[in-house]
Amino acid sequence: MSTRYSAPFGPQGSSPIDAQTAHKLLSLALSRGGDYADLFYEYNASGSYAYDEGILKAAGRAVTMGLGVRVMKGDATGYAYVEELTSESMQKAALTAAQIAASGGTPTPVGLQSRTLPKRYSVELLSLDVRGEDKRALLERADKAARAADPRVTRVDASIAEEIREILIASSDGKFVHDVQPLIRFGIRVIVEEEGKRQSGSSGGGGRFGMEYFDAKSPEWHAAEAVRGAVSMLDAREAPAGEMEVVLAPGDSGILLHEAVGHGLEADFNRKKTSNYTDSIGKNVASELCTVVDDARIQSSRGTINVDDEGNEPECATLIENGTLRGYMHDRHSADFFKVTPSGNGRRESFRSHPMPRMTNTLLLPGPHDPEEIVRSVKRGVFARKFGGGQVDISNGDFVFSLTESYLIEDGKITAPLKGVNLIGNGPDVMRKVVMLGTDMETSDGIWTCGKDGQSVPVGVGCPTIKISAVTVGGTQMGQG
Amino acid sequence: MTRRNLESLIDLGGQIVERARKAGADMAEVSVREGDHLSVKVRKGEAELVEEAGSRSVGLRVMRGQQVAVTYTSDLSEAGIARFVEDAIELAALSQPDPFAGPPDPSLLSKRSEHRDLDTYDETMSKIGAGDAIKLAKEGEDAAFAYDKRITNSEGATFTRAAGASALVTSGGFQGVVDGTYASLVVSPVADDADGKKRSGHHWAARRKMHELESPKSVGEEAARRTIAKLGAQKVDTQEVAVIFDPDAARSLLGLLAGCISGGSIWRRSSYLLDRENTEVASKLVTVVDDPLLVGAPGSRSFDGEGLLSRRNVVVENGILKTYLMDTYSAKKLNKASTASASRGSSGGVSIGTTNFVLQPGTMSPEELLKSTPRALYVTDMMGMGFNAVTGDFSRGAAGYWVENGEKKFPVSEVTISLNLDQILKRIDAVASDLDMRTSVASPTIRVSAMTLAGR
Repeated sequence: MSTRYSAPFGPQGSSPIDAQTAHKLLSLALSRGGDYADLFYEYNASGSYAYDEGILKAAGRAVTMGLGVRVMKGDATGYAYVEELTSESMQKAALTAAQIAASGGTPTPVGLQSRTLPKRYSVELLSLDVRGEDKRALLERADKAARAADPRVTRVDASIAEEIREILIASSDGKFVHDVQPLIRFGIRVIVEEEGKRQSGSSGGGGRFGMEYFDAKSPEWHAAEAVRGAVSMLDAREAPAGEMEVVLAPGDSGILLHEAVGHGLEADFNRKKTSNYTDSIGKNVASELCTVVDDARIQSSRGTINVDDEGNEPECATLIENGTLRGYMHDRHSADFFKVTPSGNGRRESFRSHPMPRMTNTLLLPGPHDPEEIVRSVKRGVFARKFGGGQVDISNGDFVFSLTESYLIEDGKITAPLKGVNLIGNGPDVMRKVVMLGTDMETSDGIWTCGKDGQSVPVGVGCPTIKISAVTVGGTQMGQG
Repeated sequence: MTRRNLESLIDLGGQIVERARKAGADMAEVSVREGDHLSVKVRKGEAELVEEAGSRSVGLRVMRGQQVAVTYTSDLSEAGIARFVEDAIELAALSQPDPFAGPPDPSLLSKRSEHRDLDTYDETMSKIGAGDAIKLAKEGEDAAFAYDKRITNSEGATFTRAAGASALVTSGGFQGVVDGTYASLVVSPVADDADGKKRSGHHWAARRKMHELESPKSVGEEAARRTIAKLGAQKVDTQEVAVIFDPDAARSLLGLLAGCISGGSIWRRSSYLLDRENTEVASKLVTVVDDPLLVGAPGSRSFDGEGLLSRRNVVVENGILKTYLMDTYSAKKLNKASTASASRGSSGGVSIGTTNFVLQPGTMSPEELLKSTPRALYVTDMMGMGFNAVTGDFSRGAAGYWVENGEKKFPVSEVTISLNLDQILKRIDAVASDLDMRTSVASPTIRVSAMTLAGR
């Protein structure tokens, strides 16, 4: 718990919401005949520090708080939220959401039972409780290190974003849980210039940590990494265009999984039969090397949660096992539909939004190949090292994935750096073309945010070195593929 | 909800400015926002989601000497406001003196009497209840299903109406308040393709006035047309070829340009358009104007995020870059004057933003443009974020149609298009007349003479 920023509605708050109050509101929410209702209280305090041109130019802080009330009747959802937590406005929200069901009986909510949650992010010292000067000093160290790393560095921007999200969930089926979710993210971006050429490079990381994050990865490490990336791109040449072999570096390449299969396995799309993975459980959807899981348990990872935003506890869901589709990621609604236990993937951006099936930490588990042997096996292809993000069309599985640092592979050796380029492929098709998988598993260092239907949530990804036998590389250089 | 009491927002802003000054701020700027919305989603004829809510928040930027801090809160209780002001003062002591920081010179601030009513508010919109909204969304989805038997599924149809107001009050003496409404309808049908793939498409309409919104039937039918047109999409061979961008795809290119002419990316040396003022940055057919004073448009506003009177800025004229867009800070950094392009974020901070950023339409209809094209990829959808603003390198996923001899031949998907943005803009050889102001960044259909398409 933060000593300075804590929710008034929390157990130690100034006006705690107890089981009795929650039960009354849930009764009101069901008063028009809904089948199910839940309350989602959220308090979010965040801080930001922007270091630029050698000074801390601006510091910021934001506090938001509110209650979202959801009522379900069949497949229909009524949703209302308020920012003012007075009895009157909370009751009004409950009644507004209740209207989705304007007929039928008035079920009574089950008595609320609070539970003890796992501790997947036990932070000793929340960064929000630490003096701002300490964070400013970290940024100053990053700035100095980047400038000292190479004379071609002309600009450095470094930032820290910190957040604490306190949630309280009460549901008409008896759940009553409270969780405090910390999040920190450090980032640095540099510009290097040489003889009229300019390039940028960046590095960042974080997760559900407090200040101890910087013990593992120092500002100096990130500064050096940003400068290394920028300098190596100064000599980047036009990337090739067309289908070719691609090797993906371990860790952040997991974004490929996230786009190529992850979204398509979120159960809402399959409930609605709008995903290309609809009705595919038990079918082969990837090469036999591929086992994909969504693991919410990884200690302090950016996508890790003790409890989802509907009060369910996620574990590690197996999505694909040796190429065969085993299951989807569920929220309460889809789990009901498929008659399975909710997998704890019901997440939402804030109290202003209703939950949906979302990923936590999506991982492609390691395979049998030596990473160096994987690169050596490529005659001519692309080695992808850093990524800008991706996007998928759920209906047919087409996805893109942008590379911000990549290299040519020629005769089994990594050679020239390539300009920023997109990869495009089709999810199941590319997953079947995973022909080698390294032993070198890595998880991303806390930078990814996933967007769906306008809602952003923090996620993690992970994978070993991956070789794909053919994928379209969207460069400008033709005739060399 | 009835139209808000705009004076109450100004009053709240004024009170917070006073509190911040008393707490030790030399300068304080407060933005107050209030809004409400109703959003409904219908899927396969049934209401799936009805959401209704209102919100209110305040943002504060303070300076002590040359030290800046920004705070935001939606907790408007006495304790919440007290914490928010206290935090700002404390954080200002933490940040370091920035010689360029500061509000606009008071003599440049606009007066309330100068703020024009830009006709952005529709009083009738609040009368649309959940039942009416469901009916509108249902009409749109029904029209998509009725249009073609091959539409077999739906991601749903969503109707949203929103109203909002925002006020800005500063210790420099500025007071201003604007309000507006917005209604939108999006329909997203799904069709089954051969080989088990599905094809989803969508079409949407948005306007500030309800009576100007395209009819649900027309939105649904166009959505169905766009979805059906994707059936049987195929990859094509890697090649260099002309590319036609439909208004939605062209708008996204224009959005990239907006980022690169922002004064912030210029002084940060993070734009390929650094040191390019008064040089050729696009073909002669390209004129781009940022015009906040358009009546009833999505990005219209009578004053900017720092209180300067809004003005029309011609950014690119017949291919020549005339100006960057600047707020007070970036103007000082670049030794120029602000173009009144400050945008006040909900967090209380100031950044540079576009208002109605529009590629001016040509005279040729989109049909004529197509007819005059021997061979091209006609892009209707782009995917991904493959753009490096520092170098201008552009590479994105694309889908659309193949064009041969002035006709659409077959749908294309799973390809990428690549070329440096500088070259893309210079190679624009046709600009059509079909401008639709659904969004604040808007473009008609355009054609680029050659790009690299990567496919098979």
